Amino acid sequence: MANMRTMSFDAVIVGGGGSGMRAALQLSQSGYKTAVITKVFPTRSHTVSAQGGITCAIASDDPNDQWQWHMYDTIKGSDYIGDQEAIEYMCQTGPEAIFELEHMGLPFSRTEEGRIYQRPFGGQSKDFGNGGQAARTCAAADRTGHALLHTLYQGNLKSETTFLNEWYAVDIVKNEDNAVVGVVAIDIETGETVYVKSKATVFATGGAGRIYASTTNAHICTGDGVGMALRAGFPVQDIEMWQFHPTGIHGAGTLVTEGCRGEGGYLINKDGERFMERYAPNAKDLAGRDVVARSMVLEILEGRGCGPDGDHVYLKLDHLGEETLNAKLPGILELSRTFAHADPVVEPIPVVPTCHYMMGGIPTNVDGQALTIDKDGNDQVIDGFYACGEAACVSVHGANRLGGNSLLDLVVFGRASGMFIEKQLREGINLKEASEADIERAMTGLNRINNSADGEQASVLRAELQTIMQNYFGVFRRGDFMQQGIEKLNALRPRIENVALDDKSNAFNTARIEALELQNLFATAEATAIAAEGRTESRGAHAREDFQERDDENWLCHSVYFPDSKTLGKRGVNFNLKTREAFEPKIRTY
Amino acid sequence: MLNVSIYRYNPDVDAEPYMQDYQVDTQGKDVMVLDVLEKLKTEDPSLSFRRSCREGVCGSDGLNISGKNGLACITPLSSAVKGNKLVIRPLPGLPVIRDLVIDMSQFYAQYEKIQPYMINNSPAPAIERLQSPEERAKLDGLYECILCACCSTACPSFWWNPEKFIGPSGLLQAYRFLADSRDTATEERLANLDDPFSVFRCHGIMNCVQVCPKGLNPTKAIGHIRNMLIRSAT
Repeated sequence: MANMRTMSFDAVIVGGGGSGMRAALQLSQSGYKTAVITKVFPTRSHTVSAQGGITCAIASDDPNDQWQWHMYDTIKGSDYIGDQEAIEYMCQTGPEAIFELEHMGLPFSRTEEGRIYQRPFGGQSKDFGNGGQAARTCAAADRTGHALLHTLYQGNLKSETTFLNEWYAVDIVKNEDNAVVGVVAIDIETGETVYVKSKATVFATGGAGRIYASTTNAHICTGDGVGMALRAGFPVQDIEMWQFHPTGIHGAGTLVTEGCRGEGGYLINKDGERFMERYAPNAKDLAGRDVVARSMVLEILEGRGCGPDGDHVYLKLDHLGEETLNAKLPGILELSRTFAHADPVVEPIPVVPTCHYMMGGIPTNVDGQALTIDKDGNDQVIDGFYACGEAACVSVHGANRLGGNSLLDLVVFGRASGMFIEKQLREGINLKEASEADIERAMTGLNRINNSADGEQASVLRAELQTIMQNYFGVFRRGDFMQQGIEKLNALRPRIENVALDDKSNAFNTARIEALELQNLFATAEATAIAAEGRTESRGAHAREDFQERDDENWLCHSVYFPDSKTLGKRGVNFNLKTREAFEPKIRTY
Repeated sequence: MLNVSIYRYNPDVDAEPYMQDYQVDTQGKDVMVLDVLEKLKTEDPSLSFRRSCREGVCGSDGLNISGKNGLACITPLSSAVKGNKLVIRPLPGLPVIRDLVIDMSQFYAQYEKIQPYMINNSPAPAIERLQSPEERAKLDGLYECILCACCSTACPSFWWNPEKFIGPSGLLQAYRFLADSRDTATEERLANLDDPFSVFRCHGIMNCVQVCPKGLNPTKAIGHIRNMLIRSAT
């Protein structure tokens, strides 16, 4: 690779969303040479689409609120396979991380006392489930993700982080010790390929909602980090756990925040019935997202869906009044009018459960260090490799994420990864240089696509992949269907590997990027399929018709998917709380 | 069949830009302009454009659509098609990299110039800095900017002086920090803007207000900055 340029950094963060920019901020503020590789300009990352807020016990709405209650809710919400140590760390550290964002200028909505406004969200309680609904989600109207992402970008401008904007990371470079020593990346504008070398490589590449046909996720959510990790031979954890958000706009897929129900909105079926009262008598519309999504699908399957095809339900907001809607949910009014042609001030919004969030990902510890499992079943740190945010599985969401916890996960673990890498850099990181052969290996996938001679269009193959995932690995799953789905994926694999790239030009060639993204979508989808078929129980978002009960005896554990053998292993859940005894699994009702 | 005419230019192969005509079957549906572009890209993968969230919050797909700047993902055909024809060009006034993709460096440089971050050097409290709902309300209509550049690239003053005039988007952001009760750098910020070009090249043409896909009003924000500059000079 004599003609390939090398750029060197102390730390390289792949991904310019919330977690990546929080990690970058930590490192650049400390004076380390830090670069963010991001395939879109940072404020176009998918964090921008988060609406309702960031959940954290800052004791504004309720001065007696406790982070321990938030911890309890999160563990229960995870259906008990969230790692309790990580959840404890997130809920305890959260307030500090939120106040830092506020000090950086995040324009939170305010209470009369001048504090940050908090609204109720699903799965929230006071007093360990005994004190009724809590209001714990800190909000900037219904544009919290936008406000957070812009604030973090601004902070990084101030601390002079290097941004490699519109660069696309292709694959991981590993040295002879199997440690990660950077990535090969393409400058999309010029087409130049560069080895970006780093002492610490952080994957903050977000989710992969685009493996499904119907998703709230942006076009860019293509599982690039998961795909790269799998190609490098590293495992992923709990990848069968996909959250379907109850309220995606029917037909368009765009998200309607849970904050709508937090502010008093509710779901109705074609008879106008508030059906969640039947499924979750206490929490009703603010039960866990998995519970609400399944209830909606059951209403539709049992013939109580709305519209000419009976294929959705309605979210009713008009009773809240125009003034409240304008003040609290202005973005939702815009989105509903644009994409549902429905004005929530006078009519309900047609909604349907829509793929929203990847609970699984690259397994990490609380410091963001990526993990693999050795042959004796022990955790083993992968030197030089870190992950945070949706791409990671730390795991604070377990089998079902609570609304508002994704933004908290981003800032808390972006920050934690940054702080830990800072410490390591201070102590000195010495990884062996990559050889030319090591770098060449990371070019394999790109070379294949660049040399493609025939094959089918990426868009056609992508649509086929999305349809398979939607039909065989959706809200409800069944073993024999999933096996059919896996066979279909097997048939699709060679066609995707052989994707066409007719246009080989260099300047801003988005066809090349889409062909590369397709490989990552497929890798994520295949891991999802095998893990979903393998987990023979129902837990959180993973609901099987052939195994309807939770099976704590066999499955109170993480699944770990190993790409080289395409097999599924198990990894223990962490129950080691530092501040109290662990929360034992209980039957989960709302 | 809808007639679509799209600006094409690939520096690797084209000596000059040209308009390419396509026909698209929209099945009579009032889809968004981005849906038409996505459909075309399945047929002609060489067509390049930016897109991400497809719901009007990321600001990637600012384009000149039938003569007016807007976001492709939230512009329905019904508001963009004239005489069964849709014309799509890159945002005007900035260099074209390829097809509908422009080089936004000058736009971002103007944003960076206004110090787009909170400045408050007093020791931070253990909790958040307090701000009343009334003080916070002053940021509404400012913080929502998505940096799509629809406004600045619709502004004749920005076309003439893209290096010296901050432009409507940057100035909207400048005022977002001037208006924030938590920011203490008002004097410094005003001093940085106090020259004949940064602010005063705005001639109140108001194209920015016309095209802002988020319904924001940069001209009004610029008016506030002018008043602050005049007041601070006397």
